[in-house]
Amino acid sequence: MIEINFAIKAILYIVLAPLIGGFLSGTDRLFAARMQGRQGPPIVQPFYDVNKLLSKQTTVVNSIQILFVTGYLIMTVFTGALFFAGGDMLLVFFALSMSEVMMVMAAYSTNGPYSTMGAQRELLQMMCYEPMTLLVAIGFYYAHGSFMVSDLIKADTPAILQLPGFFIGFVFILIIKLRKSPFDLSTSHHMHQEMVKGLTTDLSGSNLAFVEIAEWYDTVLMMGIVGMFFITSSPLSRIWALIACAVVFFIETLIDNIFPRVKYITMLKVTWSVILIFAGTNLLILNVLKQF
Amino acid sequence: MAFQILDVVNFLIVFPFIMAVLVFIQKNASALRNTTIILGGFTIMAAAIYVAVNVLTAPDVSSFVYLKETHLPDKIVIGGEIFLMCLVCFLSIKYKKYYAILFSLAGTIPVLWMDLTGKAVEGNTHIRIDTFAAVMYLIVGVVGILICIYASGYMKDYHHHHIDVQDRSNYFLALMFVFLGAMFGLISSDNLGWIYFFWEITSVCSFLMIGYTRSTEAVDNSFRALWMNLLGGCGFAAGLMVCNMGFSISNLSQVTSTNNKLLIVPVTLFAFAALTKSAQFPFSRWLLGAMVAPTPSSALLHSATMVKIGVYMLIRVSPVMYNTLTGIMITVIGGFTFFAASLLAITVSDGKKVLAYSTISNLGLITACAGTGTPEGVWAAVMLVLFHAVSKSLLFQTVGDIENCMGSRDIEDMHGLIIKLPRLAFIMMIGICGMFMAPFGMLVSKWAALKSFVDSGSVWLVLFLVFGSGSTLFYWAKWLGKICTVIHQSFELEDITPRSELVSIFPLTSLIIIMCFAFPWMSGHMVQPILDEAFHTNIPDVISGSDVIIMMIMVVMVFMLPIGSRFLSLGKNSKMSMSYVAGVNAGDDRHYIDSFGKERALYMSNWYMTDYFGEKKLLWPSIWVAAILVAVMLIVVVGGAI
Repeated sequence: MIEINFAIKAILYIVLAPLIGGFLSGTDRLFAARMQGRQGPPIVQPFYDVNKLLSKQTTVVNSIQILFVTGYLIMTVFTGALFFAGGDMLLVFFALSMSEVMMVMAAYSTNGPYSTMGAQRELLQMMCYEPMTLLVAIGFYYAHGSFMVSDLIKADTPAILQLPGFFIGFVFILIIKLRKSPFDLSTSHHMHQEMVKGLTTDLSGSNLAFVEIAEWYDTVLMMGIVGMFFITSSPLSRIWALIACAVVFFIETLIDNIFPRVKYITMLKVTWSVILIFAGTNLLILNVLKQF
Repeated sequence: MAFQILDVVNFLIVFPFIMAVLVFIQKNASALRNTTIILGGFTIMAAAIYVAVNVLTAPDVSSFVYLKETHLPDKIVIGGEIFLMCLVCFLSIKYKKYYAILFSLAGTIPVLWMDLTGKAVEGNTHIRIDTFAAVMYLIVGVVGILICIYASGYMKDYHHHHIDVQDRSNYFLALMFVFLGAMFGLISSDNLGWIYFFWEITSVCSFLMIGYTRSTEAVDNSFRALWMNLLGGCGFAAGLMVCNMGFSISNLSQVTSTNNKLLIVPVTLFAFAALTKSAQFPFSRWLLGAMVAPTPSSALLHSATMVKIGVYMLIRVSPVMYNTLTGIMITVIGGFTFFAASLLAITVSDGKKVLAYSTISNLGLITACAGTGTPEGVWAAVMLVLFHAVSKSLLFQTVGDIENCMGSRDIEDMHGLIIKLPRLAFIMMIGICGMFMAPFGMLVSKWAALKSFVDSGSVWLVLFLVFGSGSTLFYWAKWLGKICTVIHQSFELEDITPRSELVSIFPLTSLIIIMCFAFPWMSGHMVQPILDEAFHTNIPDVISGSDVIIMMIMVVMVFMLPIGSRFLSLGKNSKMSMSYVAGVNAGDDRHYIDSFGKERALYMSNWYMTDYFGEKKLLWPSIWVAAILVAVMLIVVVGGAI
């Protein structure tokens, strides 16, 4: 019975996540436009975009590129499904970094200067946020004694009470994960920059659409982890989780529009310091409390 | 039973030495020598597997203890120690590195005095084969022998390329077998005096192998390896004497089973010796220098033998270190080494040097796991030892082959390897993935390590591990990227890898993949019994069943992806084009036509960030920090007891 329950949750995620992710992406563009005093595209614009990409002829630079991009999409979907089905948090993050490596390899394989530059920057970004994603899993383990998502959502108190530092750290690295300025080093979503489109420069047609869809899945997964900080066994907590996700998403868009992009070394120093100061201190305190 | 286990064990210890003689007398590379090595090697491998299988399937392993009367072997051991001491003295005088004599005398003379004056404790069994020994047998017997077979073909090519080096390949190959013999001896021995003897053989052997080319650099590096390992040997000798004369303990297994708080003093000394062998900071420089020697010696030192002895000792004494200052210091030194070495690995582009830093880094992790002294820690440590041995030896061998084919082992020169040398590139990709990617063994073990650190409350270690994971990912993935780069209008180079090397490389590659699937079985049948022996309790499964199933799904997905895409002929309808270079692509992705109509070369180098983590900036501070930690450990624990 439990397995069927897991499977239903995983399938729900696989079906619904692109819809939610697409709308989130549309909302993001609308927010950004309004902040800049523009009308902005309709909220369903990302679906139009992806639809058009899918109908275009795909141009590839080499034959293994498509292998890596497909791998990236499949692994990202797998990662999210594992999370929403109630799997092991650490395993989720390991699978996540694996899918990211696939994407980086796709860019590397092209040998294009912009793709390669984007790939290296993407790797650096991973190096910046990897400690935090692992720490989030460890934080939950400290707070509720399990790595399994299915156990964590049955908690009596919201995890945020014990893990405020982890939450701040995670929201901070979400800037990188959601590819927001000042840390959008690898793809440069803002136009007219020296990177062209970085990581995705040499992708087109359905390959590019796959990457877009994978990023929608990824966004939903990230929001799910944000929600995890608030969810308890009481149904009411789910509303809090949704509100928290909305607020965090809004903050990310706001940051995106306020800050200009920084140099890589600044990103490395700032993110590692933030992780060490907030999550590290939080972890030390939790450990001391656990002794008593 | 067809053979007595003891006979096979004796064979395993003695036969490699005979093999060494047989190889040594065949001066030139010939078919006969290769045949000798392959036949002898596979005999040793079969014997090692035979013992391991017998021990692993036996219901009660405590019965595999032997040798109470050891008059003759003891004489050989004493003679051997004197011989090693004389050899070190002779070579030190020859190369005017007199300080090595000091370390050699300081380590050997007191032990000899203790043995000859009859102060050593007698009457205990000298040989003990338990599950951990069986697992180590498999590593040395399979991985070590495969490296020897690889070496027989490699050395021929090596001298083909390095005409300036005198061909002493018979001597080199003989040394490798001596090394393996010493390894088998060390693993089988329970008597501390014997362990010390084999310990010193490996130190001297590695010294001789590193100095193989006799260039100034090689001599300097070999003496650095010698003095560091002899210093560790002094620590071991001191621990051995404290055990014998202070506690009347002659065997390693008694150290862990006796309940005496003061035993932490010899354990600390053993741990100190282990740090030097495993090339932890501050003793890492010897392993970095070791890469001047031909590749097989690096493969041997890094994967199956030398550095694994250190962690072998640490895992043996691990239960004693639980919740002690020694344990905490060892975990901190290990964790620190893991993090610092992984940062340093980012900054170097020499393939062998990246591998060396990665060995130091991973060994740091194993050291840290063993230092926690918890069952989960030991579980992770043993798993890491297994996976690291296979992946690292494969990587070294492939780098060696690439160097023989392309004349360079620099990672920048491996640009487009997937086109130039597809077979070696694929093998290398599997090796690299085995070191850091998700469903592969190393990462799974790391995961268990993380759990064990959290459970034992070692917060600092958790922080070291998560930050170190970030930098580990960075240096492996950028290397992987270089290999995966597809360059147009480039042609396959001639793959001159001889068959004897493939005999070694293919089994290792298959082993990495098999071990992915066999991982739950290995956990249940190889590692759990070790935990039961070490902690004398039953330990629940470290990784739960549902996780294992999900990891299996991931493994299948990783291997299905390339096959599936070929089957579905993905991307067959796509239009091919050149990569975007913000100019006109001149047709090969490596040149573009600029605004003046000239063709210009284009090359993207990897990031090394030497300004921030470079060896000049980071190496010595790391060494000093670690040296202070080691000094504190020794002063507080050993000094405190006095």
